[in-house]
Amino acid sequence: MRWFNHGTIERNLILMGVLTLITVSIGGLAQIVPLFTVESTIERVEGVRPYTPLELSGRDIYVREGCYLCHSQMVRPFRDELERYGHYSLAAESMYDHPFQWGSKRTGPDLARVGGRYSDDWQAAHLRSPRAVVPESVMPPYAFLDRPLNYTDIAERLRAQAAVGVPYTPEMIAHARADLEAQARPEADPTGFAGRYARARQGAFDGDAGVVTEMDALVAYLQMLGTLVRFSDVTPEQLRQQ
Amino acid sequence: MAAAGYAANLAGPAVVPRSEPYVEAPVRAFAIATVFWGVAGFLVGVLIASQLAWPLLNLDLEWTTFGRLRPVHTSAVIFAFGGNALICTSLYVVQRTCRARLFGGDQMGWFLFWGYQFFIVAAALGYVFGVTQGKEYAEPEWFVDLWLTVVWVHYLVAFGGTILKREEPHIYVANWFYLAFIVTVAMLHIVNNLALPVTLGHAKSYGLASGVQDAMIQWWYGHNAVGFFLTAGFLGMMYYFIPKQADRPVYSYRLSIVHFWSLIFLYIWAGPHHLHYTALPDWAQTLGMVFSVMLWMPSWGGMINGLMTLSGAWDKLRTDPGLRFSVTAVGFYGMSTFEGPVMSIKAVNGLSHYTDWTIGHVHSGAMGWVGFITFGALYWLFPKLWNKRALYSQKLVSWHFWIATMGIVLYITAMWVSGILQGLMWRAYDELGFLQYAFIESVAAMHPYYVIRMMGGVLYLTGALIMVFNLWMTVTRTEAADALPVPAQGGAAPIPAPAE
Repeated sequence: MRWFNHGTIERNLILMGVLTLITVSIGGLAQIVPLFTVESTIERVEGVRPYTPLELSGRDIYVREGCYLCHSQMVRPFRDELERYGHYSLAAESMYDHPFQWGSKRTGPDLARVGGRYSDDWQAAHLRSPRAVVPESVMPPYAFLDRPLNYTDIAERLRAQAAVGVPYTPEMIAHARADLEAQARPEADPTGFAGRYARARQGAFDGDAGVVTEMDALVAYLQMLGTLVRFSDVTPEQLRQQ
Repeated sequence: MAAAGYAANLAGPAVVPRSEPYVEAPVRAFAIATVFWGVAGFLVGVLIASQLAWPLLNLDLEWTTFGRLRPVHTSAVIFAFGGNALICTSLYVVQRTCRARLFGGDQMGWFLFWGYQFFIVAAALGYVFGVTQGKEYAEPEWFVDLWLTVVWVHYLVAFGGTILKREEPHIYVANWFYLAFIVTVAMLHIVNNLALPVTLGHAKSYGLASGVQDAMIQWWYGHNAVGFFLTAGFLGMMYYFIPKQADRPVYSYRLSIVHFWSLIFLYIWAGPHHLHYTALPDWAQTLGMVFSVMLWMPSWGGMINGLMTLSGAWDKLRTDPGLRFSVTAVGFYGMSTFEGPVMSIKAVNGLSHYTDWTIGHVHSGAMGWVGFITFGALYWLFPKLWNKRALYSQKLVSWHFWIATMGIVLYITAMWVSGILQGLMWRAYDELGFLQYAFIESVAAMHPYYVIRMMGGVLYLTGALIMVFNLWMTVTRTEAADALPVPAQGGAAPIPAPAE
């Protein structure tokens, strides 16, 4: 090949570096950019809302503890997964997830639709001592989550989430602290809170309505997973991607 | 013409006139750090493997749960063991193949060394205390990421600067791979870690992308951490150390060129095979699968180039157990890069995804390829770096080799069985058309395989401890040579042997 001599490239560091950078950029650009520009990447379903302040705190604990290393949150469109976990997961259901927590391993079961499958008491008892509830489990115990939740920075967390694209309104950010406390206390007045977060449930998630604990937050998060989209109302047309 | 320059580059002139010696002391420090973090990473691996077999070992403490220690293990073996090995060998190789002193000299070398160790310690402490971004292999939070970026830019400048100063007309093939590794890892690291801190004084951040886009970016990063950190960089190692150990030139210059460009072009597309059957659109999944299958070819091209370099020197495998490590590494590379494309086919992935099969696949690559090529290089480097004629004991290298190989075999066979068993149990139906097993039955069925896997890990760790003893004795055995690096200054620095 007289028109091409690789020696030219291997004598010139800058040329080699630039050609390398171009070569390794193509695949990423082709796969990532369209996901931001093709509108149908996210299915057009109703019901997905930002996490309540308590759920967001629970989600941050889920991330902190590395739950994603053993639990996926992504149900695949297989018959056995439909029966075991429910409807396959939609891109829309994790559209406000920073970061996504789809996971890559099921040492434990998928959690994408675990919300409402067990009682709050079961979830808290299982987290405190997994083998007291499920003898064969290999999950670590999380009894230490029965400590007060530090939520002094909850408004800042919502504000940062809003800055990266989650539709938290100024009103939601202003009421973040109050909303967090209202959700963890069943006797609190739900009006403002319920108006801001559709279908969010109040409860003494850790079994104690007193201090808001990390356990409250994590259980509140687990109990809403996969519950936002009502699949009885969804049409196949809405689910079509591309 | 190019081929001639290439051959001359590899052999090198008999006497190298140089005004100043190579930077050696930081390279020695990197070599020690490689061994240290290797043992630490294998040890944590054995611990978390044991936790899956016996969950009591989570110790009821928040800092020692599997969830917090697993990133410690993965970061320790990939970024600490692998990263130190890559920086160590790249700085060693680039100076010799360019016949130029490291750009920035000893100070640059020491900054890279301490800067990189600080990154490792900061990241690992963060995981234990729950400071994590929650993205696999990209767990360090924003301030640790920023620090790594600073160190990495210096690394690129030092490496590129040395190449610019070279006295050889051609850039040797090992350096192409090292360069691609440094440049691409920089790109992946920056894009995947774009995040906004909650406040500037807050350790927590939220990534800019979310959901499906975040997933795609993460596995574009994650798969190419494998492709460029654990493959391209270590191929650079292969292209220098195997010819050196075998005392033969690289098998094919042309194959090196084809191998290099096709590997780096194809690898970057393979990420979506981590997201088969997820909410990622089908077109992206299909692209990921097709490119993953194509990737088999350049991978085996590289394997052939490495193995065939031994043409006429295969007898050395009997007498040089260090070379045995390097060559077996290339064998494991070939095996993993065949298994990978198979697992990326959607029909296979439907069974293998989410199971231990993936873990076994990663470990045949990590322990067999990355680990063994590094051990081979370390056994070659230590006598050179400490100016010794030979290793303390070739017999112990042989023991290390066989014990570690047994460990890998136990590990990957246990994970094949457990992974396929899991996948089959999840989709099994009984004669009445109901799911045959509850999920927890698949967990209980894993126990014996988790015990076997742990034993494989113990063997691998044992082999590494034998290496530590052997290298320690190599360095300290005679005279007053110190194990810890002494800054190389002026004529006191060891001048490499002519064969360099």
